[in-house]
Amino acid sequence: MTGTPEAHGPRTLYDKIFDAHVVDRQPDGTCLLYIDRHLVHEVTSPQAFEGLRMSGRKVRAPEKTIAVPDHNVPTTADRVNGIENPEGRLQVAELDRNARDFGLNYYPMNDVRQGIVHIVGPEQGWTLPGMTVVCGDSHTATHGAFGALAHGIGTSEVEHVLATQTLIQKKSRNMKVEITGRLRPGVTAKDITLSVIGLTGTAGGTGYVIEYCGEAIRALSMEGRMTVCNMAIEGGARAGLIAPDEKTFDYARGRPHAPKGAAWEAALSWWKTLFSDEGAHWDKIITIRGEDIEPVVTWGTSPEDVLPIGAAVPAPEDFDGGKIEAARRSLDYMGLTPGTKLTDIRVDAVFIGSCTNGRIEDLRAAAEVLRGRHLAPGVRGMVVPGSGLVRLQAEEEGLDRVFTDAGFEWRLAGCSMCLGMNPDQLAPGERCAATSNRNFEGRMGRGGRTHLMSPVMAAAAAITGHLTDVREMLAETA
Amino acid sequence: MDKFTTLTGIAAPMPLVNIDTDMIIPKQFLKTIHRSGLGKNLFEEMRFFPDGTENPDFVLNKPAWRGAQIIVAGDNFGCGSSREHAPWALLDYGIRCVISTSFADIFYNNCFKNGILPIVLPQAAVDALMKDAENGANARLTVDLAAQTVTAPDGTAHPFDIDPHRKHCLLNGLDDIGLTMEKAAAIQAYETQIAQSQPWV
Repeated sequence: MTGTPEAHGPRTLYDKIFDAHVVDRQPDGTCLLYIDRHLVHEVTSPQAFEGLRMSGRKVRAPEKTIAVPDHNVPTTADRVNGIENPEGRLQVAELDRNARDFGLNYYPMNDVRQGIVHIVGPEQGWTLPGMTVVCGDSHTATHGAFGALAHGIGTSEVEHVLATQTLIQKKSRNMKVEITGRLRPGVTAKDITLSVIGLTGTAGGTGYVIEYCGEAIRALSMEGRMTVCNMAIEGGARAGLIAPDEKTFDYARGRPHAPKGAAWEAALSWWKTLFSDEGAHWDKIITIRGEDIEPVVTWGTSPEDVLPIGAAVPAPEDFDGGKIEAARRSLDYMGLTPGTKLTDIRVDAVFIGSCTNGRIEDLRAAAEVLRGRHLAPGVRGMVVPGSGLVRLQAEEEGLDRVFTDAGFEWRLAGCSMCLGMNPDQLAPGERCAATSNRNFEGRMGRGGRTHLMSPVMAAAAAITGHLTDVREMLAETA
Repeated sequence: MDKFTTLTGIAAPMPLVNIDTDMIIPKQFLKTIHRSGLGKNLFEEMRFFPDGTENPDFVLNKPAWRGAQIIVAGDNFGCGSSREHAPWALLDYGIRCVISTSFADIFYNNCFKNGILPIVLPQAAVDALMKDAENGANARLTVDLAAQTVTAPDGTAHPFDIDPHRKHCLLNGLDDIGLTMEKAAAIQAYETQIAQSQPWV
């Protein structure tokens, strides 16, 4: 293979996948990396397709390109009649046209398989171990849960991948994040990933690809692993990875686009070589005891503003350097006073969904807490399944009834309130317990205030009307 | 893509850390299907009040920095989403260079595709340039990509590192896709080999 270096010594999982995809390597280390799966949505792709048309280029590998509208699709039942917002309607219509004209694999808005691109990819078996996966969306890191090298790209790079099926890349450094031991009851994958970001900061992963490992990671389901990898980007990393194992293979087996028969066996034998070798070099290692992780929430406007639910709102003086002013600004935006117990913070809304926590297991976990209980007076709640198939599965299990009986709205699939590009938004000053991934200023609607947490923690907040330690409710149930 | 060679201009100080892509260009402006026209909404929610009037306290609304072409920013500028609308908005407004101690990975990549130069400098140099930037139109910075320096108004030159490939493309305004197309034979060879060894891909 042109330009592929000789394997020398023990390699990390990232090294192995990267090396297996090098098409060309320049002396300065700039590589042309082959892309196995290109996921496309309506917001970051129109300018890329326009670029192709203007230069008379084609999509090089339409069979490896998967498109689905998710960011600004409405999640109300009336969407079968079309999108009311003219700009959103135009973007989705453009994706329809581009998918048709260029012959892409396409899941249109009203297809039952439609959903958030990072949920649809794995669900349909497009995402498989050892692959390179890119998408014009930072949460592409999600697919790393399969031991696939997956990361977000900008629209210029989307055009580059469409035209050439490759990406110009330089190797990142290797970081190992090991979660040892076991999680305590009430602690979830979301608490792992938020706790890591709380420890390393939002720039702690810059320049690295993170491999998550350790007993607590191995114990997670595929859904939980996707939650962990999804937020690698919030820690600044290019990608997050988890080595594939039997759980991964079981998840992939039988999916519509997973290999079958002899091809499955061949794939499996390669996938089983996808782990970091003993003695591989790590540029940075972080180890956290699973037993030390608590249910956490964010208090500020950066995903690194993480605290255990038992803590109190910090003061700006608790920080150093530029973070002092940032914390002051965050507290002002969030309307919080230092010293307030986190559990005394009242919420107006609860959002359960997103590419971070919109999978079936997330809905099951939230429903378990909500069963037989009801939203606190004055709190509005919304559940947005990550895909049409997740929604169907949940309905088969009766989870939709649990949510609606509790007073939640049961919506159609999409990104929804997580980024508020569709009509699902917070009002100014409205405070939300959210299972999404970003608490940035204005993220869920101008002036909206976001506290990030796990699905069970969001469900607990929904019942009490304030941030709550879900473990107290688990004790009640037990 | 426009070339980037040298730039002498006003620098706006934005010392806030973690300025994210939602701050640079909020999501309501991502519904466009074009690359241009986003400059009027750059930093929308910091720059304008909800009624659309200018916030006079925001740096780019102050007379001394209205013509800024450079931003000196706090750590981790551009964190968050992959939206290329962020560099498109900066470029459309007239910003050609951002200086910080660190940038988020995807934003950093996106800048180079749009003729914007993101410069990483050590904390002390960023602190010094932040002070210079606070003097507004009275203190212009000069960026020389070929020489890899940022020169302060007092003549102090701060050297910076940059990837040689990216430097070459920026200096010459080169389109990546055209360059990669020249390697079509290598891509074809790779695809042929993968079709045999990993037919499921």
